[in-house]
Amino acid sequence: MSVRPRVGLFVTCLVDLVRPQIGFAAVKLLVDAGCEVSVPASQTCCGQPAWNAGKDADAAAIARQVIDAFEGFDYVVVPSGSCGGMLRRHYPECLKNDPTYAARARAMAAKTFELMSFLVRVRGVTKVDAKFDGRVAYHDSCSSLREMGVRAEPRQLLASVAGLTITELGEPEICCGFGGLFSVKYPEISEQMADGKIADTLSTGADVLTGPDFGCLLHLAGRMKRQGIAVKVRHAAEILAGTSDGPALGEGTG
Amino acid sequence: MNLDPRNFPQNVHTALGDTRLKSALARLKTHFSVSRKKSIARFGDFETLRETGRAIRDHAIEHLDTLLETFEKNVTARCGHVHWARTPAEACEIILTILREAGAKTVTKGKTMVSEEIDLNTYLEEAGIAPVETDLGEYIIQLRGEPPSHIIAPAFHLHKDQVAETFRKAHTTLDPDRALTERSALVGEARTMLRARFAAADAGITGANFLSAADGAAVIVTNEGNGDLTRLLPKTHIVLTGIEKVVANMDEVAVLLRLLTRSATGQDITSYVSVMTGPRAADETDGPQNFHVVLVDHGRSDLIGTEAQDILRCIRCSACMNHCPIYMAVGGHAYGATYPGPLGAALNPGLIGMALAHHHPNASTFCGRCEEVCPVKIPLPKIMRHWRAQEYAKGLAPKMPVFALALWAFAAKRPTLYKFGARIGARVLKFMAGRRGAVRALPLKNGWFAVRDFPAPQGQTFQEMWRRR
Repeated sequence: MSVRPRVGLFVTCLVDLVRPQIGFAAVKLLVDAGCEVSVPASQTCCGQPAWNAGKDADAAAIARQVIDAFEGFDYVVVPSGSCGGMLRRHYPECLKNDPTYAARARAMAAKTFELMSFLVRVRGVTKVDAKFDGRVAYHDSCSSLREMGVRAEPRQLLASVAGLTITELGEPEICCGFGGLFSVKYPEISEQMADGKIADTLSTGADVLTGPDFGCLLHLAGRMKRQGIAVKVRHAAEILAGTSDGPALGEGTG
Repeated sequence: MNLDPRNFPQNVHTALGDTRLKSALARLKTHFSVSRKKSIARFGDFETLRETGRAIRDHAIEHLDTLLETFEKNVTARCGHVHWARTPAEACEIILTILREAGAKTVTKGKTMVSEEIDLNTYLEEAGIAPVETDLGEYIIQLRGEPPSHIIAPAFHLHKDQVAETFRKAHTTLDPDRALTERSALVGEARTMLRARFAAADAGITGANFLSAADGAAVIVTNEGNGDLTRLLPKTHIVLTGIEKVVANMDEVAVLLRLLTRSATGQDITSYVSVMTGPRAADETDGPQNFHVVLVDHGRSDLIGTEAQDILRCIRCSACMNHCPIYMAVGGHAYGATYPGPLGAALNPGLIGMALAHHHPNASTFCGRCEEVCPVKIPLPKIMRHWRAQEYAKGLAPKMPVFALALWAFAAKRPTLYKFGARIGARVLKFMAGRRGAVRALPLKNGWFAVRDFPAPQGQTFQEMWRRR
């Protein structure tokens, strides 16, 4: 038997704060795929809010901190295309003039993956052992789609879940309007874009909306909660790991 | 209408409440986007063409000085004149001088965005010269006193019935009971009204899609033929464009034309491609007697050597705005600038400064669709981020978000403090959400909570649950 690859799980700040079960789902999927999973304690956030705002020095400081904690692993896996894209695409750019970190940023970027694409491309996973009854719409996040090139892998894995039917959105390439701080700085445009994505979801007849990025899902679930729309929102890792028995995102208990 | 770019959020509010605008903008998805996709599929290896186009434009920007000098030399050799304008004011003065020397009273105009950029029409009107826009869309918005809302479809924000209403108000010599419901009736009426203007014009002004240095030629694409009537009938023809439009030769122009029309309207080629090589020669039967080219810098040369340089590759196809979710939601007028959408977000700070253009590069989710469809692969989100970084470095960014981000960054760089804060945050937010499962509002009812709830955290952070497992 081959040596188990050592995977550093970058859990992301939003999952850490709001929905740890996504992190545990990611761990289960990675362990099932034969990986040895570690969660470095010094991780906070990937620094994307600073980088996108143009606060380059803060972004670089956070990037160095993440590299220090993660560069020793065989792979860095992130249950998000957005934070994954920050590590893979933007750290090398952010640190390109840093004499000690530029090469290390590039080296770590090369072994950083979004969770589902890692399972399929690197670990050769073709199906998961999970059951989920429902019609599920899959929202490609823009960064998963365009920065990480993830399109087929999540669909392949979701299609293997017993009882699950994927309903394709009419316009999967259009942004949902989250965009990190954009959602706070330009709430009205963000609202309009969310409502477009929600209308698309409803028109598919889906009862569940899922995706690879928790930021988009938090935004869409929050908007649907405000509007009283009953579509349940869950991260794709929860569904694939079969750990989606608790309340959906934003779902009440009373 | 003269919207201020600094009022972008208010302009957005107005635009989002405009249901007619919303239905007009919905056509973006069914018009440009679909026809672009089809024409690219027909073409085949568009990706290689994009790479070639990118290289041509990069080469042109890298050698802008020598190409422009070659262009000037070749225009002059054919008895044309090249004028250099550093600023919009200089460009307007140069054009007025040419028109005064030609004794011009009325001027027909083909579509030129640089004319909008330098606000030429206002300047000419104040000088007693009547500019007549001859592109159908430009003609409509000129009658309405509006700026264009889109760089290739200036009246995209309007419906047919709004155009009919505009024509009834403007064309008072025509039968008030005429039928104006069909598109063809509107086009026919505009054509009739413009025909006399073409014949009467003392001078014609067009833009240029490309300049060929080797030929001293300017090239324009049109679908209405108005460009040819504008440039050929009057005695004096002025080409007004930006310095970055030059490329080495017509072979390069041919590559860029293939990219341009497919990316813009999804046409394999436009109805007309006009190559303008100077005044009428002795052995020619038509063409203008005087030929002038006014080349405008307006901040463009300052972008060379910066991270924003790549925006100078732009060939003004509009694919970026046609696929931009922000543009699709708010339309072009909300930007309050000549260039809306991702193009404007990357270019406007260079033209009008970040103090005016602050919102343009900031109002983006960085979804990346603009870069994906750009025929010359301009990294538009990267350039927008560059402007944000510039703004932050110069201390021009708005104070509140800067303070909040600084606080967050302070914690994010200190894992122990951060994790402590996250543990408190998870608990407080869960408590606030209660059995509802989501927080409805914090005391400050703006930002996130203006339009959505915040789904309740599970109550403990992943990190603490992981350590305790």
